[in-house]
Amino acid sequence: MCPAPETNKRVPQPAQVDLNAWRPSAAQPVLRARAQMLAGIRAFFAAREVLEVETPMLSQAATTDPALASMRVAGLGYWLHTSPELPMKRLLASGLGPIYQICRVFRDGERGRLHHPEFTLLEWYRPGWTLSALMQEVADLVHDLLHRLELPPKPPLELPVEFIRYRELFQCGLDIDPWHCSPRELQAVAQARGLGAGLKLDTDAWLDFLLTHCLEPQLGQHGLSFVQDYPPSQAALARLSEDDPPHAQRFELYWQGIELANGFQELTDAAQQRQRFAEDQAVRAASGLAPVAQDEQFLAALEAGLPESAGVALGLDRLLMLACGAERIDQVLAFPIERA
Amino acid sequence: MASYKTNEFKGGLKIMLDGDPYNIVENEFVKPGKGQAFNRVKIKNLKTGRVVERTFKSGDSVEAADVHDTELQYLYNDGEVWHFMHPETFEQLAADEAAVGEAVKWIKEQDMCSVTLWNGVPLSVEPPNFVVLEITETDPGLKGDTSGGGGKPATLETGAVVNVPLFVQIGEMIKVDTRTGAYVSRARDE
Repeated sequence: MCPAPETNKRVPQPAQVDLNAWRPSAAQPVLRARAQMLAGIRAFFAAREVLEVETPMLSQAATTDPALASMRVAGLGYWLHTSPELPMKRLLASGLGPIYQICRVFRDGERGRLHHPEFTLLEWYRPGWTLSALMQEVADLVHDLLHRLELPPKPPLELPVEFIRYRELFQCGLDIDPWHCSPRELQAVAQARGLGAGLKLDTDAWLDFLLTHCLEPQLGQHGLSFVQDYPPSQAALARLSEDDPPHAQRFELYWQGIELANGFQELTDAAQQRQRFAEDQAVRAASGLAPVAQDEQFLAALEAGLPESAGVALGLDRLLMLACGAERIDQVLAFPIERA
Repeated sequence: MASYKTNEFKGGLKIMLDGDPYNIVENEFVKPGKGQAFNRVKIKNLKTGRVVERTFKSGDSVEAADVHDTELQYLYNDGEVWHFMHPETFEQLAADEAAVGEAVKWIKEQDMCSVTLWNGVPLSVEPPNFVVLEITETDPGLKGDTSGGGGKPATLETGAVVNVPLFVQIGEMIKVDTRTGAYVSRARDE
């Protein structure tokens, strides 16, 4: 039997030319609602005397967070920021007072129904505030924006607010204590639900697995749901509580099963921060990720003194999605990456 | 061996899992802002047709399945396997009962079929969307009833049974949609 000559392979289909690819993927009322949202945020913070700032998108340092991938700009060799957190904290350390920023941030490899490699964050900092005061302000802002948006159909205007501890979320939802469990036990919880076959994960990754696959879908189905008090291993840049066992003073906001915001009682201790960077770099090395230049200017600012602050970052594309009932992030973007 | 990284996942991609070839039906990227990313996929086992859910850690690689579709002409059934031929190379391939599956109800000699090959061996057979077959058995309908109202079962030359209008008779050729198993028209109406 002769091998088939090259020309007798299956004829490839002619490439589909999408004549509408130049058009925006968001409908006009949604793009108008986006503008109303941005104007609303500026009015909200102007009334509360929080200062709008801009910090560089380009940095000599990349994020050390092993769960995030910074994009590098050819030529200059600088990195696009994954969030404006570190330079904003430098402004706080300089004594500027309460500040906010609306900016595009960039995260490599993140693409899906709720993810886009370039998206819009609102990030703000409240020197001298507690985390609970900040959570209340987040809820106030969301309500304020929902009132302003002129959308058919009108989004819900009054959302009940609830607070749940991370530990209780796992104890009630999955009958497991996230402070005292092994990867093997967490895998058994997943397998009992027919999930996680063939996966090899560490404790935190299993917790993320169970959170995303089993718990998140129920969060915020009746309103705004704040999950707080995270495991110390998931502190990121949050400070740890002094109780025993400690928890990270961190919260996440969920609405309709979707993560919208992440807040910290900010870590202000320079030595601890340096230690966390070192731990991040070690995790990166162990998982085969390239070492990255860490932000020494930020560490210098912490050494000079960061005021006690609470800070939060809120994903504006997702907020807009939920307000206008969109299923995919593409429905609220003028042009998604595939058409950029 | 060829492999795919999770960031290449999309509907239609063919992967190997636990020794079986699968087709990705749906791929969802899932990631907490501060945590581990996953690809949560719905995949169809190409041998059994069963759809299952599976989660991969983003960044992991999965072996690619050597699966592709080709248009082959059905030649004959020797009582055990069904023989197909490539219309240009004249290469012949045999498909077993599991691969031919439901297509057996519709195909007759010389029909062109879409055959899915796994490592060069037929894995499944799709009949043409429309086939023309002769009616070998059906109740005689009422003469003069051409309204098409109502229907009756009719057995076709391949053994398939379809519901046809009352006026269609034994010996007639009819066109059938193999995706739904529904009668379309009398072939001479074409």
